[in-house]
Amino acid sequence: MTYALHVNGAEHHVADGWPGESLLYVLRERIELPGAKNACEQGECGSCSVLVDGLLVCSCLVLAESVSGCEIETIERHSALSRVQQAFVDAGAVQCGFCTPGLVVAIEDLLDREPEPDELTVREAISGNLCRCTGYGRILEAVRRAVADPRAAVPPTEPS
Amino acid sequence: MTTTRTQARAPRVGESALRPDGIPKVQGRFLFGNDLWADGMLWGKTLRSPHAHARIARIDVTPALAMTGVFAVLTADDVPGSGVFGLEQADQPVFASGVVRYVGEPIAVVAADHPELARRACEAIVVEYEVLTPLVDSQAAITAAAIHPDGNILRHLVIRHGDIDAIGDVVVEGIYEVGMQDQAFMGPESGLAIPDDDGGVQLFVSTQFVHADRDQTAACLGLPPDMVRATVAGTGGAFGGREDICLQVHVCLLALRTGRPVKMLYSRDESFVGHVHRHPARMEYRHHARRDGTIVKVEARVVFDGGAYASTSSAVLANACCFGAGPYRVPNAFIEGWAVRTNNPPCGAMRGFGAVQTCFAHEAQMDKLADALAIDRVELRLRNALEPGDTIITGQRITGTAPVAAVIRACADAPFPAGAELDPDSESAPMLLRPGGAGRTADARHVTRALGFAVSYKNLMFSEGFDDYSTARVRVEDGIATVHCACAEVGQGFVTLAQQIAREVLDIDEVVLAPADTHVGSAGSTSASRQTWMSGGAVEGACRLVKAQMEADAAAGTVQRVYEATFEHHHAPTQRLDENGQGDAHVSFAFAAHRAVVDVDRDLGLVRVVDVTTAQDVGRVLNPVQALGQIEGGIAQGVGLAVMEELVVDQGRIRNASFTDYLIPTALDMPTVTVAALIEEPEPGAPFGAKGIGEPPTISSTAAVAAAIRAATGRAVDRVPVRPDDLLF
Repeated sequence: MTYALHVNGAEHHVADGWPGESLLYVLRERIELPGAKNACEQGECGSCSVLVDGLLVCSCLVLAESVSGCEIETIERHSALSRVQQAFVDAGAVQCGFCTPGLVVAIEDLLDREPEPDELTVREAISGNLCRCTGYGRILEAVRRAVADPRAAVPPTEPS
Repeated sequence: MTTTRTQARAPRVGESALRPDGIPKVQGRFLFGNDLWADGMLWGKTLRSPHAHARIARIDVTPALAMTGVFAVLTADDVPGSGVFGLEQADQPVFASGVVRYVGEPIAVVAADHPELARRACEAIVVEYEVLTPLVDSQAAITAAAIHPDGNILRHLVIRHGDIDAIGDVVVEGIYEVGMQDQAFMGPESGLAIPDDDGGVQLFVSTQFVHADRDQTAACLGLPPDMVRATVAGTGGAFGGREDICLQVHVCLLALRTGRPVKMLYSRDESFVGHVHRHPARMEYRHHARRDGTIVKVEARVVFDGGAYASTSSAVLANACCFGAGPYRVPNAFIEGWAVRTNNPPCGAMRGFGAVQTCFAHEAQMDKLADALAIDRVELRLRNALEPGDTIITGQRITGTAPVAAVIRACADAPFPAGAELDPDSESAPMLLRPGGAGRTADARHVTRALGFAVSYKNLMFSEGFDDYSTARVRVEDGIATVHCACAEVGQGFVTLAQQIAREVLDIDEVVLAPADTHVGSAGSTSASRQTWMSGGAVEGACRLVKAQMEADAAAGTVQRVYEATFEHHHAPTQRLDENGQGDAHVSFAFAAHRAVVDVDRDLGLVRVVDVTTAQDVGRVLNPVQALGQIEGGIAQGVGLAVMEELVVDQGRIRNASFTDYLIPTALDMPTVTVAALIEEPEPGAPFGAKGIGEPPTISSTAAVAAAIRAATGRAVDRVPVRPDDLLF
């Protein structure tokens, strides 16, 4: 089975794929984009979050072949640090880092839709992303910093 | 696996230096164990026992081996070296042979060219079992027929201190239970093994203790230790769950058998049976006190369920007993502890390591005692608080710092943060912040708010005579320092501290970290709140040796281009506990206090934790942001144990081995965390005066939340995690 995936603005041809392979597996194992993480593969933890045609999804729950023809954006879409990524580094929001890419994707998605969310809105928006290290305190601080980043006034970074 | 360079700015000890791995982690470029890949790589998969206790009548691997794309199927017959491993005693089989003792015990492993094929090949293996009755009652295990050649008693420890027949004016009793908690680190177990030309093997594995992995793996492979070249792969959290062997031996066996690189990674449901858990415990307590509140005696009998294999049960039980009276002056004590073997899932290290369970019990007892004496709960704790120079129930005198009263006062006196006031306007509270959240929202009129308080202490580093050390090699060349230490970075931020310490001592801005591997001496385990002290001290020591040589050469006019030194840092020796549980078994102690505010819906039995305020004894803060991260994250796990986290085990089988059913706190579940004070009294003998800070946040936060629920409901709350039924019926 051969199909194409459009990821971060580039086209990838997947040859000899097995139909049961998830988008997460194909991103990680076939097209060398390991940024989306495989913590549960049940859609419970959000560590595999990506955007498919602008919609935030758990890539572990999406069959890869079914999104051939869609625009897929992963954590690897940025050529430079986004304001959310920078805020995560600066605020100490990263510990083990396994949940981090999924959280960054989810928070960027939130801020695209709601540029100045209150804390409860942020908590709800990321309640599908489990983090076991931080207790979320520094992550919430990172969101505050990202919102206050002067770059928030300009459009988000385009895919590389 | 990659060498990490320092950031441009170069903060020293005491500053909030940024993690050197922060940028690759936010970009998704940082490689965890499960991200590793090698040319020609195969996928390993484990076949596990579906039974808690059974005899294996027959194994037939030929159907799996016959599948195209399957390259190896290995069982106990294929282990060339030791068939068993274990951190404290080698009692756990690499593969079950003859008998299985827990659900999930490995029977065989497969290597195939696709993970789905490996899974199907496992299904094709034929195993015939004769099912036996599982031993699942930890109390019964003490006298039941042995389920293992080493017997069912993993440890029986008795502490007799002072006059064990002493009687107080007031006596309070209780029986308490703690359920089985899972570390639930985000990155499942993973590793890659690559065969070497000389018959050895390279192992890249997510781990807490790479030298213990190396030594145990080599023994099972029948190789000398130096032929297993092990490296810490990117590790997605640990919390105690990566101290033991999981897939290390299996993946190396497959690589050596097939001659190809093999990668293994566990699925989440497999991870739940692939590592040890926090011991479930049953604890009977009796406290005696004088009418003025002075504690006279603590009696306790605790039974810890170790599951099928020993892991670190012996040391966990020692902690449970040694710290089982809490951070108080207790002149007389009789504590009897049992760690037993059952057919339940194996239990071992988890953050807090035995102190968590007995803290829940002794703090419930302290509240009972305060109420019986009509003394304020905080005041009772202050009257009995340990001080430097006091003797604990193991007969050991505290020679270091012990700011127990300071943490109690700072925590108890802290103002309540906005939203956590004790007289809330609950009618206007957002729906999402009520007990039950959006799904099962409480009626605000039926919500009661209350607070609870708890205090804890625990040892730092390894105890009971263990030769605990860490090694670091430091090289200075062309103005750049390279630090080589096998300390496993699991998220705690040692990589940041290592750079800060090297900069501080050498006054060099650019510090490079070499991979953590077995090409340098052991750093010991990333556990027991020990790495800042042990490996921090090793890095400091190696840097001081280099600096001294550089200064000597500079003075003599014989400056060299390269300087290198290796330093092995041992902590002060400790003693074994004697037959009365007495002895100077511990190096140092850390103390913490927690105050929890909870909302409880009295009709629905639902709880929301609103705020946890803490004060902690830290010695000295080496990195403020990282310290805050440890405290917030540790409290999250304590809150989880209090109100939601339990592996439900039925006849040895975990019923909720998924993140759908095993709940850990989300961003909506987490309370605000307020740090009232970090008490900085430098600890003598500790590098830079710093105490480990990772575990205390988890220990008394659980007890504080339970106390608050007790206060809100008037219920006994003698078991955590608290379930709605416990508050209603």
